[in-house]
Amino acid sequence: MIELRDVSHAYGDRPVLRGISLDLAEHRIGIIGANGSGKSTLARTLNGLVVPDSGTVRVDGRDTRRDPRAARRRVGFVFSDASTQILMPTVAEDVALGLRRVGLTADETRSRVDAVLDRHGLLDHRDHPAHLLSGGQKQMLALASVLVTEPDVLVCDEPTTLLDMHNARVIERTLRALPQRLVLLTHQLDMLQGFDRVLVIDAGRVVFDGAPDAAIAHYTALMDARAPSTEPSGLREGPGERS
Amino acid sequence: MNVLGLFVPGRSVLHRLPAGAKLLGLLALVTVLVALDDHRAGLIATPAAALACLCAYPATGLGLRRPLRLLLPLLPFLAVIALFQTLTGDPWAALRVCLLLVAAVLAAGLVTFTTRVSAMLDLFERLARPLAPAGVRPDRVALVLALTVRSVPMVAAAWQESRDACAARGLPAWPHLTVVPVIVGMIRTAEAMGEAMTARGVD
Amino acid sequence: MAESPAQAVRYRGLTARDLALVAVFAALLAALSMPFAIPVGPVPITLQTLGVMLAPAILGAKRGTLSILTFLALTLAGLPLLPGGRGGIEPFLGPTGGYLLGWVVGALVIGVLTQTLMRRYRFWGGFLINIVGGIGAIYLVGVPWSALYLGDTLLAGFIGAGVFLPGDLLKAVLAAAIAAAVHRAYPVPPAGRRVVKEQPDAESERPRA
Repeated sequence: MIELRDVSHAYGDRPVLRGISLDLAEHRIGIIGANGSGKSTLARTLNGLVVPDSGTVRVDGRDTRRDPRAARRRVGFVFSDASTQILMPTVAEDVALGLRRVGLTADETRSRVDAVLDRHGLLDHRDHPAHLLSGGQKQMLALASVLVTEPDVLVCDEPTTLLDMHNARVIERTLRALPQRLVLLTHQLDMLQGFDRVLVIDAGRVVFDGAPDAAIAHYTALMDARAPSTEPSGLREGPGERS
Repeated sequence: MNVLGLFVPGRSVLHRLPAGAKLLGLLALVTVLVALDDHRAGLIATPAAALACLCAYPATGLGLRRPLRLLLPLLPFLAVIALFQTLTGDPWAALRVCLLLVAAVLAAGLVTFTTRVSAMLDLFERLARPLAPAGVRPDRVALVLALTVRSVPMVAAAWQESRDACAARGLPAWPHLTVVPVIVGMIRTAEAMGEAMTARGVD
Repeated sequence: MAESPAQAVRYRGLTARDLALVAVFAALLAALSMPFAIPVGPVPITLQTLGVMLAPAILGAKRGTLSILTFLALTLAGLPLLPGGRGGIEPFLGPTGGYLLGWVVGALVIGVLTQTLMRRYRFWGGFLINIVGGIGAIYLVGVPWSALYLGDTLLAGFIGAGVFLPGDLLKAVLAAAIAAAVHRAYPVPPAGRRVVKEQPDAESERPRA
């Protein structure tokens, strides 16, 4: 269970989150919103990557401000750009990296790494240089590297945005099959079919909270209403991804 | 990037020696040769060491082309040393210094060619351990070294991409157009990597 | 960046972001050895000294110096990261090995001077600092080292100056121009975790890596 209480955050003098309160306990939660709506920042508060300026975020009762490490152990995070998430030279080394703090023996580490690689179809590449993988394989590796530490919740920030349709489907299927709870940020609205709950974020607030179809309808109406007044000079500004 | 680096796989005695022992041996050899430099013994010991090192290459399966390629960039320097030391009236000193340089470089090459990069990096991590009270964290040393190896292809790709971006806009890839965006891109990449490291609990 | 310049705010240690910046700039140094190496005489001219000036000018003393050390450690370990695919221990023992060690001192000098003398990075200040650290400090280590082999400081200095200096001056200009542009386009926040202290004190930070 992740509880947000009156969470507000700003980058410099630009507010990105304005007083958000939520209890996130469902199995499959989707978050949608335009670029710059604050949804990425919201996602980053869920595991303590961003500690909000005011308000509290608790993961299983623990405040991310006091104990961000505990939050990160429970809440795994997958970003959209796989190439910046892969930190080690080879595939197996990258997966093993997250296990260093867990205190396993070399054999235990190896068997856990191999099991995760096998489950995600990467075992044949275990000793390959990670930068030679395809885009889809890289994202799969990024996912495997997070899942190897067995988090309770997985937060994915547009995990398929940079992938082609085939690879996006593969990642989507993998995510759907996960036993973990999932918080998915996406612009690909069809991915939210069958989700338990979808939040629409706009200008740092939760403007809709409910079933996927209703949420998507609300979001579409919101964007339609905005489109005429903002074209073509009004491309919305991104949040300048700086923590 | 080739993670093997300059290492040449093999099964010789030198290959099997631990990296630390080889480095210590190299240090001892160079120290002894430098110490003997002014003595008469140096006139025998230095050329003997150089010759022994040279012979060790084929003996460990490294062939003779590798040592010659090591010595090639030294040649102009050897020439300058020989010329200058001879002009100042000490041709023996010229010979000694040149042979010392050759012996040191050949011995160092033996260590480099017979030691895995990973073994050497592990050694550095162990050597960093006593520095822990000074605030150096050996696990972070290892992490940064591996991160760098992983980043080299990424940086190379960033250069290529910016060149392509210039070409796509019909511009020649002038460095002054590409360098700053590439470096800014690298900084942003590093920030994203840092965020991913934090998210995975490896900071 | 936008932090108030209050005395009580200090930055301690290194964050994950700092480690990544160190690694990426070390990788930049490695990439600079590759396409532009011009082997001239005994000392190959490359853009690597450009990287040696850029890293501390952009990242500051701590991260800049660490990225040079990281690069040198990987080279020493046997990766062919120096011009012409050289690497391992022998480049450090050879007549130009002193210049490699000089890079560390040079980066430290550039970083410290940049942090203490310039609140905002400026081209001319950066250029002068690059000359002091990126040329002066590096030669100060490199020349005596060469002199050990050549038996004469004057000659070693002459060779160093004659072969390296024109290129190094050009690189000092380039590095200052690039660093100034990067500082304008995307200023990098200071290294370490922000710590707000009760009272200001000037105790020096410990390097952590």
